[in-house]
Amino acid sequence: MHQLNGMTGALIGSAIVAIAILTAPLYVDLFQIMQLTVFAAMAVLALSLGFIWGYGGILCFGQTSFFGLGAYAYAVAAINFGDSTPAIALAILIPVIFAALLGYFMIYGGISDVYLGVITLTVSLILFNLVNSTAGDFYKIGDARLGGFNGIPGVPTFNLPGNSGYILSPEQAWMVTGIALILVYLGLRVLIASSFGRIIIAIRENETRAALLGYDPRIYKLITFMIGGAIAGFAGALYVNWGAFVSPTIFALGLSAQIIIWVIIGGRGTLIGPVIGCLLLQWLVTEIGAQQALDANFILGAILIVFVLLVPKGIAPTLRDLVMARLARDKPMTADTTTVKVKT
Amino acid sequence: MNVPLLQTSGLTIRFGGVTAVDQVDFTLEEAELRCLIGPNGAGKSTFFKLLTGQLRPTEGHVHLRGRDISGARPHEIARQGVGIKTQVPNVFNAMTVQDNLWIAARHKHTPAFATDLTDKILTDLRLTQIANKEVGQLAHGQRQWVEIGTVLAGEPELILLDEPAAGMTHEEVERTADLIQEINKSRALVVVEHDMQFIKMIAKTVTVLHQGAVLIEDDVARVLEDARVRDVYLGKGLAA
Repeated sequence: MHQLNGMTGALIGSAIVAIAILTAPLYVDLFQIMQLTVFAAMAVLALSLGFIWGYGGILCFGQTSFFGLGAYAYAVAAINFGDSTPAIALAILIPVIFAALLGYFMIYGGISDVYLGVITLTVSLILFNLVNSTAGDFYKIGDARLGGFNGIPGVPTFNLPGNSGYILSPEQAWMVTGIALILVYLGLRVLIASSFGRIIIAIRENETRAALLGYDPRIYKLITFMIGGAIAGFAGALYVNWGAFVSPTIFALGLSAQIIIWVIIGGRGTLIGPVIGCLLLQWLVTEIGAQQALDANFILGAILIVFVLLVPKGIAPTLRDLVMARLARDKPMTADTTTVKVKT
Repeated sequence: MNVPLLQTSGLTIRFGGVTAVDQVDFTLEEAELRCLIGPNGAGKSTFFKLLTGQLRPTEGHVHLRGRDISGARPHEIARQGVGIKTQVPNVFNAMTVQDNLWIAARHKHTPAFATDLTDKILTDLRLTQIANKEVGQLAHGQRQWVEIGTVLAGEPELILLDEPAAGMTHEEVERTADLIQEINKSRALVVVEHDMQFIKMIAKTVTVLHQGAVLIEDDVARVLEDARVRDVYLGKGLAA
């Protein structure tokens, strides 16, 4: 019941945001549309970590591995095929295969949570160094030169499926990215409300109990990890579509850390939280970048400390608790029934 | 002679130089109710962990209806029909009572049937009042009941209960004893407990563990009168 109500709310909210996305080009100038596009692409990335960390309990410090692999897979495939549709499919497929392999060895190998964080971080740094050292004509896949630290410029952006001659305009690319964000969000909402979703939350809560009930925690965690990889890879394709360019910095430490900060500040254990955290912080970093007085990383660090100390749950869960407390106070008789199933 | 429901032979586990469970031969028949007692550190919980796959035996075997399950993983053993309430409650803290039971029921059943089964068990265990409360916010005794409910929702054929009455009020202890006898009408149980009053309420046959080995196994009245049992509980037999 409550879950259905929550889902109805999510659908109504998503419909409103979708209308805003589709009409934004009418009242927002092109520069801002471009800004919003990259924000939305990054928000999809934030969702990928928000899902596997917040619901699967897997703290992946190297979510950029899948993001970067997706971005490179898209770039290489789009250059070779001259069509974005199969390139997007590969941008999802390759990170999923990579996540399956990496996840299998970590999860079935019984690596503890802390080491999982360390290993995933290390993998992203290995990928960074690997791709960084692919300068020169020798390193190319088909027609696509990997370009080392210079990256790959001039990547074909999204075209209409089945019509590679019709390239999307920046406004259309914005609509696609924005709607993709909503669809990923809703897709995850449905997944979390499903039996699979409830089981992975149970495993996050108590792996021993889940196993003693007959669930194999390893396969559930691996699938969760792979879904996270798929979404991050898709975000990579959206990101390259925005800039028509990809370079090894996509794997760099700074972005890995930022994703985690987005999730912490927005609120772990929710889906809307990581999106809010991502949009808010990216907007802030952009604003800070427009002036010279303060360093963006300094501000980000300060915000993180303030949140960890004062708002440890993050924005979305804290707001939700405030609203719930308010509702409970207004209707004390039904307090018990209104505070259930608040997890989104 | 029928194949027993559960049989361990020479079951042993060592941690470094400590032998926590030592050559235990334990047999449980279908639909039997057995109590397992012993002083702290006797190896009762470790024995349970060996039965459920949370620990792998150093030596010896566990057979469930003749099938060797020694060394199998916890989820595999659970799928064979073994359910356990652990000593320290293992529950899903951030989830509601209802969801805890539903997850357990869902393993064997469709979502809709799992919901029905959950409702039935909530009613049977008188947990309906707190069905929508988060388990993490409940008192210890209530958490014990939730975990028992979770075990029942998994519909195991063998139920292991590790200190089910711990932290309960006298009235709750009596209800737990009634519940165990009710469960025993259809399923076999092994119950670990310290509370002798509780043991007297439910027990027929009692196995006493001491320093990892079986000290005595007999009818409850005879076990409680046994001088050796009193010695190990009062600490006199520690040097033995």
